[in-house]
Amino acid sequence: MTARFHLGIALDGAGWHPAAWREPDARPGEVFDLAYWVDLVKIAEAGGVDLVTFEDAFGLQSSGFGGVDARRDEVRGRLDALLLATAVAPHVTHIGLVPTITTTHTEPFHVGTATATLDYVSGGWGGWRVQVSGRAHEAAHVGRRSFPALDPAAVVAGTDPAQTALIEGLFGEAADTVEVARRLWDSWEDDAVIRDVPTGRFLDRDKVHYIDFAGDAFTVKGPSITPRPPQGQPVVFALAHQKVPYELATASADIVGITPQDDAHLTRILGELADAEAQVSRTAPEPLRVWSEAVILIEDSPEEARAALARLDAAHGATYTSDTVILADTGANVAAHLLAWHDAGLDGVRLRPARLPADLVRITTDVVPALAAAGVLDRPADAGTLRARLGLGVPENRYASSAAASGDSDLAGSDSAQLDLIGSARS
Amino acid sequence: MTLISDAPAPTSTERPVKQVHLAAHFPGVNNTTVWRDSNQASQIAFSSFTHFAQNAERGKFDFLFLAEGLRLREHKGRIHDLDVVGRPNTLAVLAGLAAVTSHIGLVGTLSSTFNEPYELARQLASLDHLSGGRAGWNIVTTFDAFHGENFRRGAFLDKADRYTRAEEFVAVARQLWDAWATDAVLADKAAGDFLAEDAIGLVDHHGPQFDVTGFPTLPQSPQGRPVIVQAGDSADGRGFASRTAEVIFSRHAGFEDGQKFYSDVKGRLAAEGRHRDSLKILPAVTFILGDTEAEARERSRETALLQVSPQTAIAFLEQVWGTDLGGYDPDGPLPEIDPVSTDQGVTRGRVRHDSDPAAIARGWRTLAEAEGLSIRDLVIRFAANHTFVGTPVQVAETINRHVQEDASDGFVIVGSTNPTGLDEFVDRVIPELQERGVYRTEYEEGATLRHTLGLPV
Repeated sequence: MTARFHLGIALDGAGWHPAAWREPDARPGEVFDLAYWVDLVKIAEAGGVDLVTFEDAFGLQSSGFGGVDARRDEVRGRLDALLLATAVAPHVTHIGLVPTITTTHTEPFHVGTATATLDYVSGGWGGWRVQVSGRAHEAAHVGRRSFPALDPAAVVAGTDPAQTALIEGLFGEAADTVEVARRLWDSWEDDAVIRDVPTGRFLDRDKVHYIDFAGDAFTVKGPSITPRPPQGQPVVFALAHQKVPYELATASADIVGITPQDDAHLTRILGELADAEAQVSRTAPEPLRVWSEAVILIEDSPEEARAALARLDAAHGATYTSDTVILADTGANVAAHLLAWHDAGLDGVRLRPARLPADLVRITTDVVPALAAAGVLDRPADAGTLRARLGLGVPENRYASSAAASGDSDLAGSDSAQLDLIGSARS
Repeated sequence: MTLISDAPAPTSTERPVKQVHLAAHFPGVNNTTVWRDSNQASQIAFSSFTHFAQNAERGKFDFLFLAEGLRLREHKGRIHDLDVVGRPNTLAVLAGLAAVTSHIGLVGTLSSTFNEPYELARQLASLDHLSGGRAGWNIVTTFDAFHGENFRRGAFLDKADRYTRAEEFVAVARQLWDAWATDAVLADKAAGDFLAEDAIGLVDHHGPQFDVTGFPTLPQSPQGRPVIVQAGDSADGRGFASRTAEVIFSRHAGFEDGQKFYSDVKGRLAAEGRHRDSLKILPAVTFILGDTEAEARERSRETALLQVSPQTAIAFLEQVWGTDLGGYDPDGPLPEIDPVSTDQGVTRGRVRHDSDPAAIARGWRTLAEAEGLSIRDLVIRFAANHTFVGTPVQVAETINRHVQEDASDGFVIVGSTNPTGLDEFVDRVIPELQERGVYRTEYEEGATLRHTLGLPV
């Protein structure tokens, strides 16, 4: 129960419309330059946005789910999102930075330390958008697994056992990766570094824990090489479209992004999320936040917005479609749409600007003030971390001060007692 | 240490003055990093990394260097607790440092065993784009089961295959870095062409270690290929370096030893069709400065005592003896007992050089008896023996002599405190090198790391 409503911006290339890069103020030649992204994130930060996400994938963009297409008329290529977000971090102070990281072909241990490091570099504003890679041609980038060609229709219908098995395997692995990351983040207690000169100990090793994770796809011993990050648990975001990902999100994520095409669809999604919640046991520290997704294009009148979209579609040679609703309208009407979502109980939105920087700017000038005026953006003024900004609590460390749960042997405990005695005897 | 004249280094028609190249090693996980001192900052806060990097950039260093450890070290079956421990993800913190520096190279140690070429090549290319051409990769070939326990494939690699894998890894990475054509990105709004025709070539590699098929996601980075650094010292390691590396991070810091290593490795280049200047050899060194040589020696002793606590001395000895020596007095003589032979060693998670513990123990005992050294004195001799101890002039001249007389092309400077350990070096030694005309006074504007190092582009 909160009146707070939060706002994320999904950054990608020159915007979400495939022809956005051809707009007069687009900067498509700079999408591989840090300065471009710093400019965008600063616009969002100054404009009152809570977090930005950075899209990514384990391969080149493509207009379909098959292999890479041969299109030359769309933006192709991306920087590694985690490294991009971390390089942006020193340039901003109070906006969440949430890179997309693929869990399918990456090392969970590296994911855990990289996200923790983003949190250190940003001073507690790090997050992670969890994503799987089900595309056969992306599996060929590593060459140790082969996947059947992905068929989204069959996945949704649940009619093809091979497709269902693929999806369940990918999301099971993603859930395991989130679990490993969460355990690694906690594997150092906050006061593990003691610098105790009398005993010569830099570290209190009883406060550093093996995570001993064993799953179907991998095992990870731990502990992390990186001490617990400033937020304790950086924010985990999961975009989800159907039952299996809903279960991942309700089990593991802090925020789920959903993609309603209309009100009836929204009602159905919320019902499916509730079903998923009943199916899984939640391991994330707080109740799931539900954010909706929308592609946003804003002009001064609805007619101009529709015309701008039509112009983009014409340049693209096809009508742009999305997995979520496309709002091409005035700022006031977009704000009204978002307020309706707020009233329907949603906790926030992740907006996908159709054109960058144009629609990002319009969101900050036309939409954020309207939401603020409606009183739904009441944020803690002194929030020092992304979790605090989102109203998420400071999570307890699962390993803290519970000797029984530490996983260490009794022998370790008695050694520690002995060292403590030495310490106090000398002090 | 010999004082030579204040004049510029000797020159002759056939031997131009060589420029000194320097790298700054972030003080990390090892007993050489002093923590028993209230001036020490966090080993993990980004502010520590920022200070370190910006100071090194003030000193016009070629690059900063980060080590990596993919598992916390263990000693006698438990996490080693006597040294600084805990570090960030190497690639991520370098990306952060790209934002707070402008000229200095950013070199990270990254495993060719517990990474995959498609992903790592992409991350390094990203770092190169984000930093404007300053990325470098120190390849390590850690392969053991201890580290493997943190990764998907565990202990999958035989020791004999580790350089085979590293070499194939680099070969695939180079294909991935080269796959986009030079002018692949047109971003021509009017014509509607983001990419040029045939902009991206398919990489289709099949070898003993890797099967990689696909298109990389990044245009050629400012350096084309990030700089390859390597530290292995075995015959395999030297062979790999002579074929593949562009910088060697060497252990041969002594003058004669350095010359021998230098001529061995540089001598191998011609057979690989490489120019002598295409590989820079930078031994790792520590330093202690003083206003006089005597003061420097005194500071060296004080620092060594901080680096080798009584507990660290015993733990160091246990690595060779392979057994618990907790009952021995660090200020007393070496143990009379012989080392216990173990397959694995008592310490896990660090490079092990002691192949014959019994012989090492005998040698140490003889040395200690001859010179009247306690356990702690002896360990200081081996674990905290500072390479360059002297006045700033002496240290600068020694560095210059090593470089001009082909014992090295420069050095990797390892500070003993975090993050200010190189501040004094930058304040006092760098100006001496600059005065001698053997070290840059400014970075070349817009230079990539490859340019800064004087490597072929």
